[in-house]
Amino acid sequence: MTSAVSVEQLSISFPSAKTRFTAVSDVTFSVEEGQTFGLIGPSGCGKTTVLRAIAGLNTGWTGLIDIFGAKLEPGRKITGDTRRNIQMVFQDPYSSLHPRHRIAHILGEPLKVHGAEGIDAAVGIALDRVGLSPALAGRYPHQLSGGQRQRVAIARALLLKPKLLLLDEPTSALDVTVQAEILNLLNDLKASHRMTFILVSHDAGVIGHMCDRGVLMSHGRIARALDRAALSELTEDAVEAAAWDETPGYRGN
Amino acid sequence: MSALTTLQISPARWLYLRLSRSPSLTTGAAIILIVLFMAIFAPWLAPYDPTLQETANRLMAPSQQHWLGTDAFGRDILSRLIYGARPTLLLVLFVVLLMAPVGITIGILAGYLGGFVERSLMRITDIVMSFPRLLLAFAFVAIMGPGLLNGALALALTSWPAYARQARAETAKLAKSDYLAAAEMVGIKGPRLLFGHVLPLVLPSAVIRLALDLSGIILAAAGLGFLGLGVRPPTAEWGSMVADGTQVIFDQWWIAATPGFAILITSFGFNLLADGLRDLMDPRND
Repeated sequence: MTSAVSVEQLSISFPSAKTRFTAVSDVTFSVEEGQTFGLIGPSGCGKTTVLRAIAGLNTGWTGLIDIFGAKLEPGRKITGDTRRNIQMVFQDPYSSLHPRHRIAHILGEPLKVHGAEGIDAAVGIALDRVGLSPALAGRYPHQLSGGQRQRVAIARALLLKPKLLLLDEPTSALDVTVQAEILNLLNDLKASHRMTFILVSHDAGVIGHMCDRGVLMSHGRIARALDRAALSELTEDAVEAAAWDETPGYRGN
Repeated sequence: MSALTTLQISPARWLYLRLSRSPSLTTGAAIILIVLFMAIFAPWLAPYDPTLQETANRLMAPSQQHWLGTDAFGRDILSRLIYGARPTLLLVLFVVLLMAPVGITIGILAGYLGGFVERSLMRITDIVMSFPRLLLAFAFVAIMGPGLLNGALALALTSWPAYARQARAETAKLAKSDYLAAAEMVGIKGPRLLFGHVLPLVLPSAVIRLALDLSGIILAAAGLGFLGLGVRPPTAEWGSMVADGTQVIFDQWWIAATPGFAILITSFGFNLLADGLRDLMDPRND
């Protein structure tokens, strides 16, 4: 197996009023092709920040990010084929779909931008692939349920046939029963589209269900690497405990 | 499937449903349409020539021949009122076409690009914003001579900064949103992103502001006319008609009251339209 994504000594900081706030420092990991890699940790540990850097949405990082042999450069937007190869499903399906565009437009526009033909048919296929009726194409996002919206968001991410799909807590805004449906859909799509996933989550159940390997993050650093066996034994408490580790004043409570 | 397809309704029926649900939109649109109709078909609607002077019949009360009476020169007030809709609407059209698009474009560019572009565009906006509107209009008229377009130009040049400010604030808020991040990830950028994705979210509040401003602009134009800096006499214009009427306001009050009422109704119409448009433009308002 070849390495699909490798991240070395990634540090990300945000400028604040007086000092630079370092959200992530010295993160190194690699993801093998076809695997689901978990970035696990309590809220505020920097896992989403890492994901946004890989997605090219935050370009203020230092270190090295290599995706399918293409090196990303800090301070520059991702373009060309690499842009198509990296797609993302956002955490909140209520804010990631444009509220004034119909579903047909949301799914059709990326294809149009890339000069595809037969867009209406492609939109129907894309909806069908995520288990939605093509008749929904004429609706606005607010006319869909949360689960349906997240399916639309997944359909959009898959339109350009990416090799790497970034999942930012894709089910945390959804109902428990819908969560399982979305996760199973993602697993099926991964198998049929030969994709690599990077999944961000703080939910031990989701991680155990989805991931092949992962790292547990805490305070912007990698606390420990987890293999398949360790992942399935991961508990909610262990994820939470990572938040208290190294936090002055909380130890020993 | 069948449940989904039955949701399809004809555009005419959709419009009817929307209109019946928003009485303010219907009333506002009706008022504006009537004024528009008056302006376009003025030569056919007006019973007299608006500049025809009959000194024998000056300052007449409303009667069978002159429904709204005559002014100090014996001109038919109804005819002047109908012709007076023309400069008013011309002004509104001029301002809508010129000022709102400029302001919104500047605001979106500044809000999305940020950094140096934002700072320089917003400083220009600040400078223009600090011009007193009516005084600038006076200066324009003093330099270029009285006339509708000179006054309108001054009004248009001083009213875009508000749109730029508003659009910038809304765009800056959107720039960090997931919609735009998602659009960027699928390769949508440049004008398509700004005008296809940002504009639809910025437009509703700009339209409301525009419709609210229009009533203010009608009043400002009437003010210019009242001061004798707008349309040149003898062309009929509502503001200057009010000004003419004030000389005889205690004895023949209707001469000032009728054009004043026309200004009031038209401003009111634009305000109602603004209120209704907001509801209509939001698809979440089903």
